[in-house]
Amino acid sequence: MSSLLTQDVPLSWYLLLSAALFSLGVVGFLIKRNLITVFMSIELMLNGVNLSFVTFAHQWHAVKGQIFVFFVMMVAAAEAAVGLAIIIAVFRARATLAVDRIDLMKL
Amino acid sequence: MNGNLYLWLIPLLPFAGFLINGILGRRLPKSLVTTVALAAPLAAFGVVLNVALGVFGVGGTATSLPWVQTCPLPWISAGTLHVNFSFALDQLSLVMLLVVTGVGFLIHVYSVGYMAQEEGYARYFSYLNLFLFFMTVLVLAANALVMFIGWEGVGLASYLLIGFWFQKKSAADAGKKAFIVNRIGDFGFLIGMFLLLANFGTLTFSEIASRLNANPGWQGGVLTVIALCLMLGAAGKSAQLPLYIWLPDAMEGPTPVSALIHAATMVTAGVYMVARTHVLFDHAPFALGVVAIIGAATALFAATMALVQNDIKRVLAYSTISQLGYMFLGCGVAAYSAAIFHLMTHAFFKALLFLAAGSVIHAIGGEQDMRKMGGLRKKLPITFWTMTAAVFAIAGFFPFAGFFSKDAILYAAFLQGTGGKALWFVGVVTALLTSFYMFRLWYMTFMGESRSPEGHPHESPWSMLGPLVILAALSVCGGWIGIERFAGFLAPAVGARVTEGGSASLEIILSIVAVLVALEGWMIADKFYRRKPERPAQWAALMPGGYRLLFNKYFVDEFYGAVVVKPLLGFSKFFLEWVVDVGILGGAAWLIGGTALLGGAILQRWQSGNLRSYAAWLAAGAAAVLLFLLVPWTAVLANLPAIHLGLAGH
Repeated sequence: MSSLLTQDVPLSWYLLLSAALFSLGVVGFLIKRNLITVFMSIELMLNGVNLSFVTFAHQWHAVKGQIFVFFVMMVAAAEAAVGLAIIIAVFRARATLAVDRIDLMKL
Repeated sequence: MNGNLYLWLIPLLPFAGFLINGILGRRLPKSLVTTVALAAPLAAFGVVLNVALGVFGVGGTATSLPWVQTCPLPWISAGTLHVNFSFALDQLSLVMLLVVTGVGFLIHVYSVGYMAQEEGYARYFSYLNLFLFFMTVLVLAANALVMFIGWEGVGLASYLLIGFWFQKKSAADAGKKAFIVNRIGDFGFLIGMFLLLANFGTLTFSEIASRLNANPGWQGGVLTVIALCLMLGAAGKSAQLPLYIWLPDAMEGPTPVSALIHAATMVTAGVYMVARTHVLFDHAPFALGVVAIIGAATALFAATMALVQNDIKRVLAYSTISQLGYMFLGCGVAAYSAAIFHLMTHAFFKALLFLAAGSVIHAIGGEQDMRKMGGLRKKLPITFWTMTAAVFAIAGFFPFAGFFSKDAILYAAFLQGTGGKALWFVGVVTALLTSFYMFRLWYMTFMGESRSPEGHPHESPWSMLGPLVILAALSVCGGWIGIERFAGFLAPAVGARVTEGGSASLEIILSIVAVLVALEGWMIADKFYRRKPERPAQWAALMPGGYRLLFNKYFVDEFYGAVVVKPLLGFSKFFLEWVVDVGILGGAAWLIGGTALLGGAILQRWQSGNLRSYAAWLAAGAAAVLLFLLVPWTAVLANLPAIHLGLAGH
């Protein structure tokens, strides 16, 4: 008996969800002005990619994909630590978190 | 049979002296600088002397000439061109080596006294050693390219030493003038070398000579061109018409330099080169005639200019040009041994004249104008007597050295048909003028009343007088060896002396004529500058035009300035500087730079500092890469016409 609950979720659904998450991250990165929100968008993109990794690992019964995910999560954690530190430092220096105003590298 | 002669030591010892004094000289104590500077030429002279003793069979290593020493490493090997760094010793180079290192050493000793108070003492001696290095390379060269190294090198040393007091603008200018005028001659030498390579495939003198000797019928043609090119080089180095103008200005250098480089050795390199390549000239009679005519013309021309100069060193400079003209005349009438003989005796008495003049200049505090000398006979007895020996030698009095060598040249010229007799006549007139201007110098400097503001002239130290005495002895005795024996010794290297159509009585008659002419020159000078000192001014007033012409050296410098230098400068200024440099080269540089600037100005807008614009470009880029990778472009392009025509469905 195959019900919705026992049936396998098709591969494409996972990939669509992954693509949707990634695209949301990209859009958020592009349109948000607050640095923290931008940062969160990056995390969203990373997790979208993670989801596709896991999906393929499951599909091909390859454990490498899972391992990649762990790596990505670890890097993301480190990045979060460093990124938040940078954000705090930027806020202290400029008293703002609006990305448009943080343009020290402009010529 | 020949042991190792260590020929390579002869140039390398002065080179070591140059390196030591040139690099460390400023930090070494003065006595050590002197030791190094004197040891280098003395050791080189010792090596040469050892070789010479071997050649003469008196002792040392028994030697048969010619003898070639080649560097074991090949120097240039490209296609069919092979040039080795090799030295050749024969009778000709041996005589030159003895003169160069011997007189060179004496002048080094003299310089110790003369330059004692100078700022750049070590620099001076390092240059002088460098000169000896290049000069010995030039003399020892077995092929034209090695000779060219020495040739250029002595030019460099000459430039450095003329401009030794480079703070003085006239000295720096004189150095440049010497270098640039020599360039013209070097151009001729280079072209000659290229032609030699093209026609003989080798630059080695002995191979060229044997090839020519194997083809006695090969005359003129390209050989004339080669010989004329080489002669241009020789005329540049030996200050002959029309390239003599650098030598009088070269007197800006220290006096020992004038003695060594611009009288005794370097300027004779041209004569040496003609003698070295004499086989070539023997096969090009036209070029030989040109050499003779240029030599005679230079001898006369320079002697007339020497008549009215008041600077003691300039008189000697013009006299050097004139004597070099004699040597060219000797070469031109194929009396190479006589030319080399005169080269040797001239090295003795002209070096002596310059050194004695230096001693005079030294004694009266740097004054070179003869009008401010006079009466120095009692004050500077040794300088006076040595210089007297040199004056008699250059004027050609028996039995001084100049008599024998000058007569040998004039005699050889006299034997060369009608043209030769004309050249002989020019030579005799020149001898008259020579005698006159040398005794004029002698009277103005040493006789009469003192006209010097310097109250107490002092005799020079013994380091200066010693070389004077030795050179005076050589100026007296240097000719006693006689042209017969000298020519006999040189015959294997430069060919035997030609005495066809001559006789001993003719030779004696010509000698008597020459001595009488010299005596006449002395008498005129005696009248003009001792018995009737008002005469010169009267004569000058009598012929104002002629006097001005002579006094201004025929306006040759002005002529060259207007005809060569000025147009060249104008061309350089307006065409090379404004059109080529500023217009074409500068324009191209600005075009390239401007493009980069413009591109940068456009592209810099990309770097807005706006993080989101960067991210957007990043995303767009990623999308573009994806598009590129995912779309099967080849298939799409192949089907493009079909799609376009709406035929995809068929």
